[in-house]
Amino acid sequence: MPEGQLCNRKPIETNEQLQALLSDRGGEQYYAEMENLDVDRELLWNTLQKTCKSRMRTWLQICAHCGLCADSCFLYTVNNRDPKQVPAYKIQSTLGEMVRRKGNVDNAFFKMVMETAWAKCTCCNRCGMYCPHGIDMGIMFGYVRGLCYAQGFVPWELKIGAGMHRVFRAQMDVTEEDWVETCEWMAEESEEEYPGLTIPVDKEGADIMYTCNAREPKHYPQDIAETAILFHLAGENWTVPSKGWEQTSLAMFAGDWAACKMQVESVYEAMERLKPKRMVGTECGHAHRATVVEGPYWAGRKDGLPPVECLHYVEWVAEALRTGKLKIDPAKKIKGPVTLQDSCNYVRNHGLGDVTREIMSYIAEDFREMAPNREHNYCCGGGGGFNGIGLFRPQRNRALLMKKKQIEDTGCNLIVAPCHNCWDAIRDLEEVYEIGIKWSFLKPLLIDMVEVPEHLKLKEEEE
Amino acid sequence: MYEFITGPLLWISFAIFFVGCIARIIWYVRGLNWQMDRVAYTYHKVHGLKGAARSVVSWLFPFATRSWRNKPGMTLLFFVFHVGVLVTPIFLLAHNMILKERWGFSLWTLSETAADVMTIAVIVSAVFLVLRRIALPEVRILTTAYDYLLIAITVAPFITGFVASHEPGHYQFWLILHILCGEILLIAVPFTKLSHLVLFFCSRIQLGMDYGIKRGGMKGKGLAW
Repeated sequence: MPEGQLCNRKPIETNEQLQALLSDRGGEQYYAEMENLDVDRELLWNTLQKTCKSRMRTWLQICAHCGLCADSCFLYTVNNRDPKQVPAYKIQSTLGEMVRRKGNVDNAFFKMVMETAWAKCTCCNRCGMYCPHGIDMGIMFGYVRGLCYAQGFVPWELKIGAGMHRVFRAQMDVTEEDWVETCEWMAEESEEEYPGLTIPVDKEGADIMYTCNAREPKHYPQDIAETAILFHLAGENWTVPSKGWEQTSLAMFAGDWAACKMQVESVYEAMERLKPKRMVGTECGHAHRATVVEGPYWAGRKDGLPPVECLHYVEWVAEALRTGKLKIDPAKKIKGPVTLQDSCNYVRNHGLGDVTREIMSYIAEDFREMAPNREHNYCCGGGGGFNGIGLFRPQRNRALLMKKKQIEDTGCNLIVAPCHNCWDAIRDLEEVYEIGIKWSFLKPLLIDMVEVPEHLKLKEEEE
Repeated sequence: MYEFITGPLLWISFAIFFVGCIARIIWYVRGLNWQMDRVAYTYHKVHGLKGAARSVVSWLFPFATRSWRNKPGMTLLFFVFHVGVLVTPIFLLAHNMILKERWGFSLWTLSETAADVMTIAVIVSAVFLVLRRIALPEVRILTTAYDYLLIAITVAPFITGFVASHEPGHYQFWLILHILCGEILLIAVPFTKLSHLVLFFCSRIQLGMDYGIKRGGMKGKGLAW
């Protein structure tokens, strides 16, 4: 049967299409239509011939079938060492098979591929570190997701997410007006306690241009207030763009490369328009990976770098603490045992493990490492879109068991998680397994701990 | 027969081996694409080189990466097997005598005892690698007949070579069989997964450059393999 009304090979381009898909509760009609979606074999084979070149072909061909990747994968371990969860098996049975069969595959096969690519892999890239040949199956599954998206076999929430980026240039339906209004509102709310605090919009030549995650204006506007307060206390010359303010990429999770390009280009355009010295992003892992690490390539930037130097929020915090722009009141440091979640997207995949530890040295008296940690840390359990896919919620809940064990082994009941996805995963971990933990971004912790410089203190006369 | 397999056929085998391996490398490099691979290979050469070097070198030494350390038994088998496979034929006295005879020079040579020990080590480690493929579920699910065939092709010259140099009778038979097995191995390398002889380096260099340039190498120290 050809394409369905909701489940098809066409990306979401308009708000009407977005609303239509959103109103299909849980994707009921969408997944029903997927049962009959045909595979466009010609498209698949053409795509493979054009884009699956020697790097991936070699990876698929030289896999020694040694099985060293098995224990590297948290999904293998939490699923009772099911051999079908061995990363090499997962990729050989999907991409390997597609290549061997020259794209001659059917609907049932692609449904299996969709489940493997989104419920059996979070693209955490840990397996690539443990393979003697350096075969990165996480990268290959990212590629596979692109193949699936082009064929229409993508989880409902991610089709919506990619559509959001196409329509709103943000992962949620937050317009530029909504964004600017929320900033104005948060500035108003905060300036009572912090006189002089502003959230400058579209200021040119600022030191810092800040970009964030759409869920912040939509659901957690206090995050924006916290950002403003910390920049204010640090004396930063900063701004937010009215356009190109959102740095996330559900499109990346969905495998919608065209939308990925559109999304990062909107942020790069803001950089080129406002000419900040640097861009600082929010506490989000995949946003950093999409906009700062991978984005330049989607945008065709040959040196692989964004238009201006871009920092993950933790890099700004470490610098602010190091240079004294933010000062921690020693009496307010975290006293109890606290651990740290090393997010895949900016630790394993961007080397910022030392930065977060530097921050911990300022804010915690009893910091305890997870094991393993840094680049060898395991995925939170919810990365790569896993947190958001209803169809695969049981598998995601199972995946949380690895992080649960890691946390329990630290003996801590506070986790610092400077990443929206990791934060969500740990929240869900507590909701499902009730192990009695608290978890936090850096911003609220810092707000509670930083000293307010004299000249910014609330003058009592003004009361 | 002997003249043919130690003459023209030997030349053909080595030619296929060398040309084939070089072709594999060229094919690999030509199929790289900075934008598709998302690695700015030519723009950050120092970081790329550093990442590549760390990626290759750390995996060439047993227990130098966390992965090798996590699997000590496998690491031992792996290195005994590979070191034996590579070192023995190149530094074997018998092979270097031929080299001396034909081309006037010889490399440093192993003692007969060392060569025997290494040959047995290759065979024994191969047996254990086969047992590993059968016994471990995470390896069994991946293993195909092709994997066993490649082990057989690789070990055959060692078995036949050992027998030829120790068996007093039927020397000519085992010698010819050994030479043919060696030639089959040489010819197989560019056409099979044995091409990992060169592709291991290609793949590791590429990943090393990826980490060195894009995924953290420019943020300070390189990835802690």
